[in-house]
Amino acid sequence: MSKILKLKKGFDIKLVGKAKLELVNFAPAQTFAIKPTDFVGLQRPKVLVNEGDTVKAGTPILIDKSMDQVIYAAPVSGEIVEIKRGDKRKLLEIKILADKTITHLTSGKTDLASLDRAALAAKLASSGTWPNIIQRPFGIVANPADTPKAIFVSAFDTHPLAPDYGFTLKGEEKAFQAGIDALAKLTSGKVHLNIDGSKPAPTVFAGVKNAQINQFSGPHPAGNVGVQIHHLDPINKGEIVWTVNPTGVVQIGKFILEGIYDASKIIAVTGSEVSKAAYVKTFVGANVSTFVKGNLNSGHVRVISGNVLTGEKIALEGTLGFYHNQITVIPEGDYFEFLGWAKPTTKLSFHRALGLFSFLTPNKEFVLDTNCRGEERAFVQTGVFEAVTPMDILPVYLLKAIMAEDFDEMEELGIYEVVEEDLALCEFVDVSKHPVQELVRKGIELIQYS
Amino acid sequence: MKFLRDLLDKQRPLFEKGGKLEGLFYAFEAGETFLFSPKHTTGIKGAQVKDAIDLKRMMITVVIAMIPCLLFGIYNTGHQHMLATGATAGIWDNFGDKFTTGLILVLPIVIVAYAAGGLVEGIFAVIRKHPINEGFLVTGMLIPLVVPATTPLWQVAMATVFAVVIAKEVFGGTGMNVLNVAMTARAFLYFAYPAQISGDQVWTYLGDKAPVDGFSGATALSVVYDAGIQGVNAVDALNKHNSVLGDGLFSFYNMFMGWIPGSIGETSTLMVLIGAFILIATGVGSWKIIVAGFAGTYLMGFVMNLLAVNEYMALPAHYHWVMGGLAFGIVFMATDPVSAAQTETGKWVYGILIGVLTVIIRVLNPAYPEGIMLAVLFMNVFAPLIDYYVIKANKTRRLQRATV
Repeated sequence: MSKILKLKKGFDIKLVGKAKLELVNFAPAQTFAIKPTDFVGLQRPKVLVNEGDTVKAGTPILIDKSMDQVIYAAPVSGEIVEIKRGDKRKLLEIKILADKTITHLTSGKTDLASLDRAALAAKLASSGTWPNIIQRPFGIVANPADTPKAIFVSAFDTHPLAPDYGFTLKGEEKAFQAGIDALAKLTSGKVHLNIDGSKPAPTVFAGVKNAQINQFSGPHPAGNVGVQIHHLDPINKGEIVWTVNPTGVVQIGKFILEGIYDASKIIAVTGSEVSKAAYVKTFVGANVSTFVKGNLNSGHVRVISGNVLTGEKIALEGTLGFYHNQITVIPEGDYFEFLGWAKPTTKLSFHRALGLFSFLTPNKEFVLDTNCRGEERAFVQTGVFEAVTPMDILPVYLLKAIMAEDFDEMEELGIYEVVEEDLALCEFVDVSKHPVQELVRKGIELIQYS
Repeated sequence: MKFLRDLLDKQRPLFEKGGKLEGLFYAFEAGETFLFSPKHTTGIKGAQVKDAIDLKRMMITVVIAMIPCLLFGIYNTGHQHMLATGATAGIWDNFGDKFTTGLILVLPIVIVAYAAGGLVEGIFAVIRKHPINEGFLVTGMLIPLVVPATTPLWQVAMATVFAVVIAKEVFGGTGMNVLNVAMTARAFLYFAYPAQISGDQVWTYLGDKAPVDGFSGATALSVVYDAGIQGVNAVDALNKHNSVLGDGLFSFYNMFMGWIPGSIGETSTLMVLIGAFILIATGVGSWKIIVAGFAGTYLMGFVMNLLAVNEYMALPAHYHWVMGGLAFGIVFMATDPVSAAQTETGKWVYGILIGVLTVIIRVLNPAYPEGIMLAVLFMNVFAPLIDYYVIKANKTRRLQRATV
């Protein structure tokens, strides 16, 4: 049965620099990279190529030795120009100089009806599209040997300045349906497609079959798949569910329909510091410099792969994260502010202590910089995390259990139900400025590797 | 502000690792961050932007909420003085004199509390090598507001030092304390120096002047308590009290407005409500605790009315709201997020029980006329227990879901 859920708790961070719904022809990115660090839980990366090798889109270039049936493929065809390593030879990224026209490794169309679950999983695992499938608990790349109790796809993103999937996936109806059909075969339960209940469903999601369509509405994090799982079919100890981003579903669908790993995607270039905020078509792992350079309002900026809540700071010529569908550029905030803690201000705050009259201008868009606005302190204020977490979870107590490394307490308080993004808003609103997402990952790793 | 910034930047190496005054780094840092919000930026991963609030901003909001109480307290201290010595009768007569008299009495107490507490904070920060806790911004203002204007300054200093060390720093500083720091300071005075903080003689400053004939310095709470013993209607007793000074000094209206003797900041329920409004509107104080506290008080007062074995028990329940420091205690002490219940459900239980306990202590306990201080401290101790059961319920829901 489809469910309609209205969530009240949460907070929309309204920022300047929303991408206009149009595709812009920025100069195409030259190089593309796969970063093992994008894949949480990838423990023992092994590079399968050497510098100077030529690859096609879909050629395996990396595996995880602890789960070697899943390959990580080249998003584009071209030449491996650099295998970058850091301290202790830690693999940082594998860089590919792209060909002018992309050629694909093809493996032929997949007939879903003729394959059993295990065969389909094996085929997808070797396709390059598999890393799109994320396992919960832990938020790691799924293991093809597992059978999840359900698969969840959140068809909308409520993060600040998030891309509109209705726009980026326009015209991909067939591929999306094929992707859903494939996912439906992989689970013993249902595929849940969760759409934004506050507006009419975009065509790409409207007529989808073989999935239960649920409607969610409310402020961020209503679009977070973790929040949706909590309300639809929560994860208990020992259970496994999978989640896939709609862009990933389309990639899987294209592999089913055409037998190729098509890593192209439309991403949003957003933020207050880009002069042209719009969408651009590129590939997974693109070097973002061509979208950003020459498109900036000011010099002292931070480029973020992803959104401002869960994203990652990258260099001006950095790489778009594997799972990211947007880049955000905001001002860097490394300045002192005289009596910044006491003087009246119009800065954005969830707390009414600052935004006392913000209800007068509910749609005002803000320019936020990266200043921490205070120092880390012990937990003092209470009830704030709860107000931005639309789940039956007590975030402060969960975080304290993680700090104390109390395994039983973590389990009992719901560590299996969260990943970083679900509590990202807590990190934003925290009066005491704790690194909430870092803590959540620490807790997950404690449980995962115990 | 450029020159200030330059000055700080120039001095900074002295205090950093390897500098001459390395040991005083946190003292320097405290001063620096009070002048300038630091330029720290968010990390590589995780939230790239942060909410504009921090602990300093939160604490200063509470201080702002207390300013109406402070100003009123200053004026009322002078007003009570002139009333008792027969210098004036009307509330707004001799406005300037009253304010000055009050200021001369109250300001030193505020300064001593901030200085003594700030010193202890500073010493601990330097020795324990942690940043100075902003919590003291609030505590330093709360302590003067809950003592009588006649309290000797050395006692204020003693109580502040005791409370900051024993109630807070030994546990690890702001955020770690079990008891409300300011309430601990008051309890210390109450048990260590009862002569200066209880009885009928301490609430009104007389100075070297003699009070008018027939003047009684009793507070409303002790008037009602005596009425209970003598079997006189409590409201009548309140209305007749100190009739030499004027009619209806302890009328409900007067007690609500705060023109009565008492500790400096707590007499005016109206000013406390203004503070409560600021706390609730800004979201800094929990409206749940405030509402639950007043509701619990009324509830227990009402139950007492139903039993009505003596005249105190028959006192209309809403009188409990305006007498003594109940309103101040609920709004500014009970809402301290660290020592209160920290779960949303727990806050209701915590608030209601504070109200209930206060009335029980006031009405049924023969030793202490006022109950809010002990009620808050008692519930501070019980808050973790309340939270324990709320958390347990959350865990149980999760567990039951798994087995279904």
